[in-house]
Amino acid sequence: MQVLNQVNSKTGGIAVDMQAVRREFQGGVVAVDGLNLHVASGEFLSVLGPSGCGKSTLLRMIAGLDQPTSGTVQISSQKGRVAFVFQDAHLLPWRNVLTNVALPLELMGVPPIERFESARDAIEQVGLADAINRYPGQLSGGMRMRASLARALITNPDLLLLDEPFAALDEITRQQLDEQLYDLWQSRGMTVIFVTHSTIEAAYLAQRAIVMSRRPGRIVLDHRLDLPSNRDANLRMETGFAGQMRVLFDALDRQGIGQ
Amino acid sequence: MNKTRFTRLLLPPLIPLAAITLLAEVAVRCGWVHSFLIPAPTNVIASIFRDWQDLGRAIVETGFASITGFAFSTIIGIAIAVTLSSSVWMQRAFYPYAVFFQTVPIIAVAPLLVIWVGWNWTVATSAFIVSIFPVIANTLTGLLSTDPALRDLFKLYGANAPATLLKLRLPFALPNILTGLRIAAGLAVIGAIVGEFITGAGIGGVIQVSSQQQRVDKVFAGLLLASLLGIGLFTLINLISRMALRNWHASESAT
Repeated sequence: MQVLNQVNSKTGGIAVDMQAVRREFQGGVVAVDGLNLHVASGEFLSVLGPSGCGKSTLLRMIAGLDQPTSGTVQISSQKGRVAFVFQDAHLLPWRNVLTNVALPLELMGVPPIERFESARDAIEQVGLADAINRYPGQLSGGMRMRASLARALITNPDLLLLDEPFAALDEITRQQLDEQLYDLWQSRGMTVIFVTHSTIEAAYLAQRAIVMSRRPGRIVLDHRLDLPSNRDANLRMETGFAGQMRVLFDALDRQGIGQ
Repeated sequence: MNKTRFTRLLLPPLIPLAAITLLAEVAVRCGWVHSFLIPAPTNVIASIFRDWQDLGRAIVETGFASITGFAFSTIIGIAIAVTLSSSVWMQRAFYPYAVFFQTVPIIAVAPLLVIWVGWNWTVATSAFIVSIFPVIANTLTGLLSTDPALRDLFKLYGANAPATLLKLRLPFALPNILTGLRIAAGLAVIGAIVGEFITGAGIGGVIQVSSQQQRVDKVFAGLLLASLLGIGLFTLINLISRMALRNWHASESAT
C-alpha cells in the first residue's frame, strides 16, 4: 500500500538540461567539450562510450558534485532528490545492510524509527531481506550492489544516476539486477541516467541511448530505441533487439573500441 | 583456551624464550659469564620478589606516567591529524614541524621539561612527546584516504563537516589510527623511562640507581617489568582493535 502511494504521488522525475558544457581538469585534460544534452522528465537514458570519455564526469556534473568549466548544467527542480549509484557498491564496511541503506535518510536528519522502516522497505524491494543484519564483508558482489541500489532508492529519488553499476557482476546477476532496475523505473517514474559499457544493457533498459566520443567527450549518436515498452528477458533474443544493439555497437566501433 | 589454540599461538614464541633463559642460566652457573655482567634468570626473578617494595612502587609510577602520556598522545595526536587533514595548506604549513618534533632527541630535552612542566609532569610529558608522532602520521594517512565515492555520497545528501568526520572519515581511518596507537603504546613506555632517568622516579630511576650499585639482577628485573608494561599496553590496544574492527576489516576478521 505504501509503495502504491509513492507511485501515485510521483510527479514524473527531474529533467536535465546541459548546454555547451566543457569540463577541463587541472593539467589541461578536457573530459567533455561542447556537450549539449536534454533528458526529459521520467526518461530512461543510457550513456555509452569508450573508457575515459568523460561519462563519469557527466554524471558528477548532473549530480552537482562537479562544476563545468564553461557552459550550463541545469536540473528542473532543486527540491527534487538526486541519487547516485557507483561502479562498486561503496558501502560503509562497519555498518550492516540496514544501517547502510538508511544512511541517506540519517544524513538528511530523518529520525531512526522512520528511516529504518523506509530502509526495510527498500531492502525488501531489492530482494535482500534475508541479509538485513549482515555486514558488507559477508555479502557477495551482487548482494552488495543490491544494498547499494536500495540505499539510492530509499530517498525515493526523482533522478537516479548510475555509473556502470553492474559492471563487476556475473552475467546472471547482472541480468536480474537489470530487470529489477527496469521494473523499479516503471513503477516509480523517476528519470534515470545509466552509464554502461554494455550495448546489450544499454539497449535492453533504456528508451534512448547516447554514444560519446573519445576524450574530449561529445555526443556522436543520440538514438531513440525502437523497442516495446514492456520488456522482459526474452527481448534480448529477438531480431529487432539485435538491430537496435547494432546501431549502438556501430557508433561505438567508430570510436575505435570494438567490444 | 583449548589445546590446539595453545600449541598454535602461544607455544612457538615460548620455545625460544625457554631456550634463551636456560642458556643464560647455564652460562652463569658454569661461570662462562660473570654474574655481575649478566644475571642468572633465577636471580632476576628472585630480585622481583625481594625488591618488590621498590619495584612495585616504581612500575606503578612508570605505568601511570606512560598511560597518561599515551592518552594525551591519542587525544591530541588525533586532533592535530584532523586539523591537518582539513586543508592542503595546513599540511604544508605544519606537517614539517610534526616531523621535526619527532626527530628531537628526547634525552636532551628532558632536563628542559623539568624546568617547563616541573618534576611531577616531566615523565608523562616525555612519554607524550615520544609517542605522539606515530598517532599523527597514521591518523593523517587514514583521514586522507577516505573513499572519494563515499565522500561524494555524503556531499550529495548534504552532510555537514562534523557529520562527515564522525560518520565517515574517522571510522574509515580507524585501522590506521589503531596502528598508530599500537606503535605509540610501546614508545610511551620508552619515553617515560627516559624522563625518569632525569627525575629519578619510577623504573627508570630504579634502573639508574641499581646499575650504580652494580645490582645487575635488579636492573634486569626493572627491564623485565618495563617490557611487560609495554606488552600489556600493546595487548590492550590489540584487544580494542579486535573488538572494533571484528565485523569489517580484513586485518581482524581472518581469525
